Amino acid sequence: MGVEIGLLQQRLAPPDYDVLSGRDMPVVRLPPARLLNAVTLLKNEFHFDLFLDVTAVDWLPRQPRFEVVYHFYSTRHFGRIRLKTAVTEGDPTVDSLVSLYGSAGYMERECHDMYGIAFRGNPDLRPILLYEGFVGHPLRKDYPKLKEQPLVPYRK
Amino acid sequence: MNTKSPEFELPNPVRPAFDATGHDDHVIVNIGPSHPATHGTVQIIAELDGERVVRTDVHCGYLHRGFEKECESHTWHNLIPYVDRLNYVSALINDFAYCEAVETLAGVAITPRCRHLRTLLSEYSRIVDHLTCVAAGLMELGAMTAFLYLVMIRDYMYEHIADLTGARVTYTYGRIGGLARDLPDGWLARLEAILDQYEMFVGRVHGLMDRNRIFIDRMRNVGVISTADAIHWGYTGVILRSTGVPRDLRRDTPYLAYADLDFEVPVGINGDNYDRYYVRMREMDESVHMIRQLMDSLPAGPISVDDHRFTLPEKHLVYTEIESLINHFKLVMDGPQVPAGDAYAAHESPNGELGFYIVSTGSGIPAKVHVRAPSFVHMGGVHRMLDGYQLADIVPTFGSINMIGGECDR
Repeated sequence: MGVEIGLLQQRLAPPDYDVLSGRDMPVVRLPPARLLNAVTLLKNEFHFDLFLDVTAVDWLPRQPRFEVVYHFYSTRHFGRIRLKTAVTEGDPTVDSLVSLYGSAGYMERECHDMYGIAFRGNPDLRPILLYEGFVGHPLRKDYPKLKEQPLVPYRK
Repeated sequence: MNTKSPEFELPNPVRPAFDATGHDDHVIVNIGPSHPATHGTVQIIAELDGERVVRTDVHCGYLHRGFEKECESHTWHNLIPYVDRLNYVSALINDFAYCEAVETLAGVAITPRCRHLRTLLSEYSRIVDHLTCVAAGLMELGAMTAFLYLVMIRDYMYEHIADLTGARVTYTYGRIGGLARDLPDGWLARLEAILDQYEMFVGRVHGLMDRNRIFIDRMRNVGVISTADAIHWGYTGVILRSTGVPRDLRRDTPYLAYADLDFEVPVGINGDNYDRYYVRMREMDESVHMIRQLMDSLPAGPISVDDHRFTLPEKHLVYTEIESLINHFKLVMDGPQVPAGDAYAAHESPNGELGFYIVSTGSGIPAKVHVRAPSFVHMGGVHRMLDGYQLADIVPTFGSINMIGGECDR
């Protein structure tokens, strides 16, 4: 069950990739520029056909500030894998995976809403859980929890 | 405030994907967000050609609860009540999946009795969830009798779980490293009685619905999705299984006590609404079968691990010895200290893969708690099941997806 870590390390070799056997599943660290290549390879050669999730971790004040985290699952060998790529606050851009997985569209919109990660190639990054005109990204660590942005002015 | 005053203008919070039709005869209608069939805050903007749906733009809506943000300012234990409110129809499964994520990160192995009880309660919750979904779906098609049969059984189950946890819907019953309390006396006997009644009433619903001409006409070959499409759009759980593939985390990557159980994974043929109805009905029967096995093999022993980094000391010790008092104080005020790192744990929830991705910096408060909620992901591909069918088909198709608003929120 799952993928062999040796085989992964062979196909995703250093210096671009860093494959570790994590606590719960294999973890691949990679630069944002290699993301699309790596995911295409994982999908075609390692049969990771189910895009589970994308989210980000805000490591403020550490640099680079954001880590974009992907999870994939295979309905063939039931293995899981986690991809991590670090992006900076100045250019929080990664390639979109909508060309490979339809489900990536909605989840990238959520991550864009919450962390302001830009997904290059996603044609539809409209707000999904926030409303039109919302300023900022609520899950960033520097967004105050009690900040209010009422859509309709409060009654006097 | 006068909402008609000229300086006040209510902005539209939602930007539709399209605001012009592709054809002169077509019309755009707005379904929801306040419509009985949208189950919460969902809004569907649909382009219609007569009664036929040409294309749809689905907005999953928002409850503005700020679940993930709120989790970052509470201790690992204190956010269990928040987790309950994701899929509030089967809150116990959320509890257990979240606890397992923390236990994975902390390296805590739960006791055999806890593992069995969690499995039993997960299956019990699955029945409650499927009963709710099927009942609501049938009611929307006008089957009031079947609805009342099913929600009656569901209410027996709610009351029964309340005997154990103290609440009908949102239980806060999971604990990191165990459970809140053990079974009360007579709980299992009552469970057996409820399961017998369940079988009687679900049998009646089968008799009312399965070969009902009106029901079949509304459900068969409506909202069809293929296996390849389902995987491409991230569908898991009942919707994926209804397309004919037995993909179930309980079988494929067994967790809790599922490896010890004998059960089947029901699948559909077509991936249509009827298949989703039938897969849910059959899954409830399998859950009953599993619960009976678990009742027979329930091990004795403690329900929580003896690990004072995570579990609270017994109350009488807190009142009588200083070490336990300090232990209790530190766990409540500072929270359990979870080692730095990240972990992902997934359970087969009634809707599909429910995953928790947690990040710890080594303190008592999470750096991040992210939920991979099946309902939210499923909303991303729902247009595949709506486009091309009749306007009236939106109601049963949407019902068979079982979108839970609490899960769609962040």
